[in-house]
Amino acid sequence: MRLLRSFEMAWRALFHNKSRAILTMLGVIIGVSAVMMMLSLGGGAQILVTDQIQSLGSNLLLVFAGQITSGGVQTGGTNTRLSIQDADAIAFVPGVVAAVPSISRPAQVVAGNQNASTTVLGTKAEYEQVLNSPVERGSFFSQAEVERWERVAVLGPSVATKLFPDEDPIGQDILITVSNIAGGNQNAVRVSFRVIGVLISKGAAGFINRDDQIIIPITTAQKLLFGVRHAGSIAVQVEDTRSMNDVAVEIGAMLRLRHNLAADKPDDFMIFSQQDLLGTLSTILGYFTILLAGIAGISLLVGGIGIMNIMLVSVTERTREIGLRKAIGALRRDITFQFLVEAILLSTTGGAIGILLGFLGSSAIASAAGFPAVITPTSVLLGFLFSMAVGVFFGFYPARRAANLNPIDALRYE
Amino acid sequence: MGDVIVTKNLVKNYTLGKESIVRALRGIGFTVQEGEFVAIMGPSGSGKSTLMHILGCLDVPTSGQYKIDGNDTSKMTDNQLANLRNRQIGFVFQSFNLLPRTTAIENVELPLVYHGSRNARKLAMTALERVGLGDRMLHRPNELSIGQQQRVAIARALVNDPSLILADEPTGNLDTRSSEEVLALIQSLNREGRTIVLVTHEPDISHHAKRMIRLLDGQIVVDHAVANPLDARTILSSLPPEEKQ
Repeated sequence: MRLLRSFEMAWRALFHNKSRAILTMLGVIIGVSAVMMMLSLGGGAQILVTDQIQSLGSNLLLVFAGQITSGGVQTGGTNTRLSIQDADAIAFVPGVVAAVPSISRPAQVVAGNQNASTTVLGTKAEYEQVLNSPVERGSFFSQAEVERWERVAVLGPSVATKLFPDEDPIGQDILITVSNIAGGNQNAVRVSFRVIGVLISKGAAGFINRDDQIIIPITTAQKLLFGVRHAGSIAVQVEDTRSMNDVAVEIGAMLRLRHNLAADKPDDFMIFSQQDLLGTLSTILGYFTILLAGIAGISLLVGGIGIMNIMLVSVTERTREIGLRKAIGALRRDITFQFLVEAILLSTTGGAIGILLGFLGSSAIASAAGFPAVITPTSVLLGFLFSMAVGVFFGFYPARRAANLNPIDALRYE
Repeated sequence: MGDVIVTKNLVKNYTLGKESIVRALRGIGFTVQEGEFVAIMGPSGSGKSTLMHILGCLDVPTSGQYKIDGNDTSKMTDNQLANLRNRQIGFVFQSFNLLPRTTAIENVELPLVYHGSRNARKLAMTALERVGLGDRMLHRPNELSIGQQQRVAIARALVNDPSLILADEPTGNLDTRSSEEVLALIQSLNREGRTIVLVTHEPDISHHAKRMIRLLDGQIVVDHAVANPLDARTILSSLPPEEKQ
C-alpha cells in the first residue's frame, strides 16, 4: 500500500505540472530514442555486411595489385604487376579451386538512343561460378570466347533496364566507350559489343553495386578496350575455408617468385580473404555504432541533469509539505523514497516514450534507406533500464536533500 | 491519571554567529496530566515556539529532560522521534498544512500511511466524522472553507489516537466564528479525555483552556488554573447568525 501510494502521489505531483513534466521528460525522450535509433541502425548495417559475406561466398581470397611503398612513400612501380598468367599459376596452388582475374574501369555505354554510365569489368568464364553471379537470361561467355577476344557482354540487371527499357537486350549491340590515359594523353576508345546475357539481381546493397556493371572477356578488355596487359585483381576460390590462411601464404610465396622480388623487397600485391575484409568492416561498423550511441547517450545525460534540476526546484517548492510529512511521522527514507519515485517515474515514462519514438524513427529511416533496422528485446530492455538508472542517479541527490531538511525550518518556510 | 508531559529544567540555547548565544529557554519545568487542557501564552520572543518544538519532538533541548507518556526523548534517534511524532502527538498548525490537490480523507490518512495501518480508510472516515466533516471527505482543501480546512487538520491530528494534541496558534488564521468552532471542537475533544496543549498569544483564546502557563524570556512566570474557562459553544450561540451568501 505504501509503495502503491508513493507511485500514486508521485504521479499526481507530476500530473499537476504537466507541461513541466513533459519538458523535463523531453531530454530523456530524445536521449533514449537517439540511442535506440543508433543501436538499431548500426545493428542493421552489420547485418547488411554479414549478408554480403554470405552472398559473396566465404571461401574467397582476393589478390590485389599493391603499389610499392616504403616508409609510407610510394617509391615506384604501379599497380600493374598482376597478370592473367599469375591467375593461371595460382589456379595450380594446392587447395585452390579456381582463380579468376579481373580488371575494371568506368565506362560510358550507348545502346540505340539510351546511354548509361557504368563500370566495365573484364574477367574469365569462371567468374560466373566463383563469384556466384549467374545469368538470369541468355548465357555467360565461355572460355573459348575469352580466348578468341570475343566482343560479347553480360549486363548487370540495372544496366540492362537502363539501356533496354522495353526490349529484350539479348542479341542487341551496345557501344562501350572508355577513356584511357596513355603517356599523358587521354584518348577515348569505342568498341561495340553484342549482349549475350543478363545477370540475376543481387540487390543494390552496400558499397559495390554488382547490379550496375557490364562483364566482358578479360582478353577483350585488355587488348581492345583498355590497352593494358595486367589484371586489377584476382579472386581465388579455396577448397576448404579452414585452409584459407595456408593457401594465402602459398599464393604469396609463389607470386613473389613470379615477380622476381628480392627478399628485402615488400610484396607488390595484397591478399585479403573476403571474410577478413568484411569482418574488418563489420568491426569498424560496430565501433561506429558504439560511438554514435555514445554521442546519443550524452543527450540522455543532459536529460538526466534536467531531471535533477527540476527535482531540486520541486524540493524547494514543497519544503512545507516535506516539513509537514516529517512532523506527522515520515521517516527520512520515506521522504527519500517519495522524491526518488518521482524522478524515476519521470525518467522511465520518458524512456518508454523514447523507446517508442526510437522504434518508429529507426523503422522510418530504415524503410527510406532500404536498410534493415534491428530492434531486439535486449535493446528495448536496455533502453528502459538505462532511463531508470538515469532517474535513480539524478534523482538521488534532490531526494536526499529533501530528506535532510530540518522539519522546523521546513514548516516555517514561506 | 498519568503524566503525559514531564519536563525538568529544559534549556535551549541557539548559537548565532560566533560568540552570541540566544538563550531561548532558561530552565522550564512543568507537568501535564492526562485530560488537561493547557494554554501556553507569551509574547513573541518568550520562547513559546521553541518550547512547542521541543514538546512536539521536532527539536531537542540543549539540556534538561522531556518525557512524553513516560518515554525519555533525550536518547532517541531521528527515526524513533519520527515514530513518536507519528503515534503520540497530533499536530494542529496555524496554517493547517494540508496537502493541496489531495482529498480531505487522504490528508487525514497520511499519518496512518506512515504508520502502516491496515484499516487506514476506515479510521480516517471516523476521524472526519468526529470533526463533523463526514460529508466532505472527497473535497480538496481549496473546496473547503478555512474553518473546515482546520477541522480536517484536527481530524488528521486525531487519527492516530495520540496521547497529546499540540495546537500551535490553531485559530491564528481564522475569523471569530471559525475560531470558536475550532475551539468548541478542541474543548469537546478535551471533554472526551484528550490532553491538549495550545500555544497562543491571544488572551481570548487562552481563556478557553483550563490551565494557563505564561512564558517570559524563556522562563515560566505564571502557571495557574483558569478560573472560569470560556465555553466556545456559548460564545457561538451569542454570535450573530452566519450570513448566507
